[in-house]
Amino acid sequence: MTATATAIPAGTYKDDGVHSTAAFAVKHMLATFRGAFGRFSAELTVDEDGRAKLVGTVPVDTVIVKDENLAAHLQSPEFFDAEQHPEIRFESSEIAVDGSSVTLAGDLTIKGHTERVTAQGSVVGPIEDPFGNVKLGLQFETVVDRTKFGLNWNAPLPKGGFILANDVTLSVDLELLQG
Amino acid sequence: MRVLGISGSLRRGSFNSGLLRAAADSLPPGAELEVFDGLKAIPPYDADDDLEGGPEPVRALRAALAEADAVLIATPEYNASLPGVLKNALDWASRPHATNPLRGKPAAVVGASTGMFGAVWAQAEGRKVLATIGARVVDAELPVAEADERFDAEGRLADIEIEERLGEVVRELVAAAEARAEGLAARAA
Repeated sequence: MTATATAIPAGTYKDDGVHSTAAFAVKHMLATFRGAFGRFSAELTVDEDGRAKLVGTVPVDTVIVKDENLAAHLQSPEFFDAEQHPEIRFESSEIAVDGSSVTLAGDLTIKGHTERVTAQGSVVGPIEDPFGNVKLGLQFETVVDRTKFGLNWNAPLPKGGFILANDVTLSVDLELLQG
Repeated sequence: MRVLGISGSLRRGSFNSGLLRAAADSLPPGAELEVFDGLKAIPPYDADDDLEGGPEPVRALRAALAEADAVLIATPEYNASLPGVLKNALDWASRPHATNPLRGKPAAVVGASTGMFGAVWAQAEGRKVLATIGARVVDAELPVAEADERFDAEGRLADIEIEERLGEVVRELVAAAEARAEGLAARAA
């Protein structure tokens, strides 16, 4: 954990479950395929010294794609293996805030594989909402190689190359409520 | 530990059925292999017929798969691929995709043919189909080539090297089923 250059007010912040998104994007032949998770939880804690920590978990069986058979395939051992590894987890080790820019480093665990990742993003607020609550916006993005997490499925194209790229962009948009 | 064996060949003297009998003999202690014998009765896949669990032979297949801890398929190769009856049965078993009885289940494919290549393409197709259905496919292959020379007159496997390799595949399959059960138990605890 690192002291933030621009302090986020100390406290505990949690996503409200509705106005936040955890999504992924991966090149599928020609187009960018996008999906998201319907449910997840995120908690940001900032202590009096400005040190911040973010912990997020995502149940993989909440994946949202436009085809039910694809959703089922994504749960299978060829992809997330939801039966044996029901949860994706991120735990930050460092959060550096510089103005509105934020850099997070931490451990991302998918399918039982833990990899060190760094994400870039921005922080907005805090602001007060119409109901007297304190809200903080946090957005960040990173690119991971899915094969490092054991998500190896692919199929060759007839004239060379593969259907699915290995690099996957993970995007998280959090609207956090101060507890 | 229950392993369900499915032979892709309906022939009475099938070498692949013989492979399953040999596999039953090579199981580790505490494991048993039951051979599913209802493949011939399964009608062509038709989603219109897939109501209330499907036709009786399909219900029997789905129940047998659901009760098994692991699945061992022994397949011949027809025209460089799986026999239609086997693919048809797997198509029935795969529906509905999200809850089918093969999901997460360890499965392995072996194969015998009278040709030079021991049904390697059919085995590769079988692994691809099983993985797409959602099974936990064991990354192993057992090509039994020139099968008519590997079995005796009573249809018993009579090749020590193949017997040993079959034993390895079966042990890997059983180990995968044990690891799956341990994983599920750990999360339930």
